[in-house]
Amino acid sequence: MSDRVRFPGYSTLAKRNTSSWNEATRLVVDKRLYQPPARCFFTEDEWPILLAICDRIIPQEGSDRVPIANFVDQKMAENLGDGYQQADQPSMQEMWRRGLRAINQEAKLRFGETFADLPGGRQDDVLHMVQRGDVRAPAWKEIPPEEFFKGRLLHDVVTFYYAHPRGWDEMGFGGPASPRGYVRMGFDRYDPWDAVPAGQDR
Amino acid sequence: MPDIVPSQPRGRDHRAPDVLRPGAWVPMRQYPEDEEVDFAIVGTGAGGGTLAAKLAEYGFSVVAFDAGPWFRPLEEFASDELEQEKLIWTDNRIVDGANPVELGHNNSGKAVGGSTVHFMMVSLRFRPEWFKSRSQLGYAVDWPVDWREMWRYYDEVEDALKISGPVNYPWGPPRRRYPYRAHEVNAAGLVLAQGCEKLGIKWSPTPLATISAPRGLSPPCVYRGFCGFGCSTNAKQSALVVWIPRALRAGAEIRDLAMVGRIETNRYGRVTGVHYQREREWRFQKARNVVVAGYAIESPRLLLNSANAQFPDGLANSNGVVGKYFLVQSNDAVWGVMDKEIRWYKGPPSMAVTEHWNYTDDGKDFFGGYAYMSQGPLAIEWARSLASVRGLWGKALKDAMSQYIYQAGLKICGEVLPREANRVELADQKDEYGLPIAKVTFSYCENDQKLRHHAVREMRRAMEAVNAKDIWDSESTAHLGGTCRMGDDPGTSVVNADGRSWEVPNLWVCDGSLMPTVGGVNPSLTIQAMSCRIADRIKAMAARGELNAPAALRSRTAHAVGAEI
Repeated sequence: MSDRVRFPGYSTLAKRNTSSWNEATRLVVDKRLYQPPARCFFTEDEWPILLAICDRIIPQEGSDRVPIANFVDQKMAENLGDGYQQADQPSMQEMWRRGLRAINQEAKLRFGETFADLPGGRQDDVLHMVQRGDVRAPAWKEIPPEEFFKGRLLHDVVTFYYAHPRGWDEMGFGGPASPRGYVRMGFDRYDPWDAVPAGQDR
Repeated sequence: MPDIVPSQPRGRDHRAPDVLRPGAWVPMRQYPEDEEVDFAIVGTGAGGGTLAAKLAEYGFSVVAFDAGPWFRPLEEFASDELEQEKLIWTDNRIVDGANPVELGHNNSGKAVGGSTVHFMMVSLRFRPEWFKSRSQLGYAVDWPVDWREMWRYYDEVEDALKISGPVNYPWGPPRRRYPYRAHEVNAAGLVLAQGCEKLGIKWSPTPLATISAPRGLSPPCVYRGFCGFGCSTNAKQSALVVWIPRALRAGAEIRDLAMVGRIETNRYGRVTGVHYQREREWRFQKARNVVVAGYAIESPRLLLNSANAQFPDGLANSNGVVGKYFLVQSNDAVWGVMDKEIRWYKGPPSMAVTEHWNYTDDGKDFFGGYAYMSQGPLAIEWARSLASVRGLWGKALKDAMSQYIYQAGLKICGEVLPREANRVELADQKDEYGLPIAKVTFSYCENDQKLRHHAVREMRRAMEAVNAKDIWDSESTAHLGGTCRMGDDPGTSVVNADGRSWEVPNLWVCDGSLMPTVGGVNPSLTIQAMSCRIADRIKAMAARGELNAPAALRSRTAHAVGAEI
């Protein structure tokens, strides 16, 4: 993978009051930005584990972070399912609860500390073990580690970061686009409201 | 604060939302529940929406039901992947088999207009031989329909939707030009074009159900790229903006947020109407005929949930075929990074297509075909792919995401063979209405796997030919079919060539579930063409007195809408 491409000065939010955003979009994104949901599904014991996981899956700098864990919590609290459930697996809510318990157990078994108390590098080690299915904690008898990691943990954490303007800005995505869409569609073409990569003298 | 997810029915008080004008309403005829209507249609998507319009225009009295809300696209569709999940059927279902199907975005809809509200608008015809794939190509099963008859109905639907496409389409029998000119192909599509040209195979701008010039109150497509999440400008010619308004003008009634749970039968073994829940109350609509149009999971589920003493295995299921031969299409993809900016978020996701491997049988070690198309996933979908398929997270994920504007990809719509073991049945779990939910079992067979391998190899060759870097592939499925298959033999099919059930003569199926095979193209155009054909067949049978409790064909003027608005 080549070096990270950056889009200096690009902000999808700066387009909020332009014709790239319709009223429905403003409503939805404003709510996401300014009224993040309070925790009401995960317990006080589960919460620090989830927060630590989110920090490792999506590293964020500074104090102004996308509250990914809160959005995961809201999805579980409202039980907004994906529309399907594997025949041999527990419900979405149970997958998260059991998964957090098992990750914590794995951390204690391997490194003698709760997951949240481990240094970042060790937390990554635990997450890689779960991703590979290289686990020893008894709690994994209840759920398949690889499937939990890929289908539940990564799926939900990644979703809520890239539902946020900060995620859109970093990747150079145009973000909301209605009623104004785009005009220039060919190779190496960009509209004045598109992101421009750093180092391109245009 | 406006409500952008309707929680109350809107189709009532003799009016319906005008989806083309903000805040406006159009008159809607309504029918008393205790008066037998000619047709109660369950579902308002590509199958039910189309049929409702056609039957109403032929003078039949029609009430169509949809479990989902009646959206106003201009006011309620945000440019937002998460918000627009409101268009998807996310009620729980159990998935099983060696290749459990991910249900949701790729294969369901829950709204008036069904999944056409968020479909990608790809509008391709079947290869003619697919209607007789057993006789002519040696696999699967024949349709009880001739392609030449279907061709007329494809013409009709392409005109009804004003499909934008090229003057000359490179595959299939000679055809007239598409009603509207083709769209400019975006860079993602040009990658496909260059790849195909390097490999020496044909490609084409994709015929799309989004308009390239103004049409009535619909403006031309502005290439905003959120097509898979609902069109907020009404450029997309979905059932919601095309067929449903036609149905209303012709005197049909549409009941939104109305979940049909059971079809009632009488002692003569005929259906008499539908039980449905609206505003938390179970109600009953009398009907001379019932049409099931809920797509290949909900349609068989409704037939199975309607079991009673006389039909212990469900309606139209004495041969046990309801729910069997469940079909999907393989949706494998190949991705790579280009050295030019692509910005695939601009324009409809699939602006270029090659049907080479649908129309070429040489060099295949499998039956069936596939088309492949250019792609344009937005932020969340792309991040999920990188995370779940490549296993990326942390810094690696952010680095990969930063290549987004250089990314290109190709994805197939691949034929899967019908097999009895792939099926929809009832699970023990119940839903919010107290109805048993569906259990969907699916496994690829060896032929399906060979097709997928061939397709991934070919798409890799195309991506390598245009010097894409960092090439990888992913798997998925899209679309459904097969669970109420049509056929010539009452022993092995659920309905006949007219969509009429063999067992209950006033019970019909009109959606993708009657497709016994799915071919290698997106099914929506075929579903709509078949719906137009079934409407014509019903009209002809009614005229000959061949409908159960035949309804007299009424003059269209008798249906003039006189509602007080």
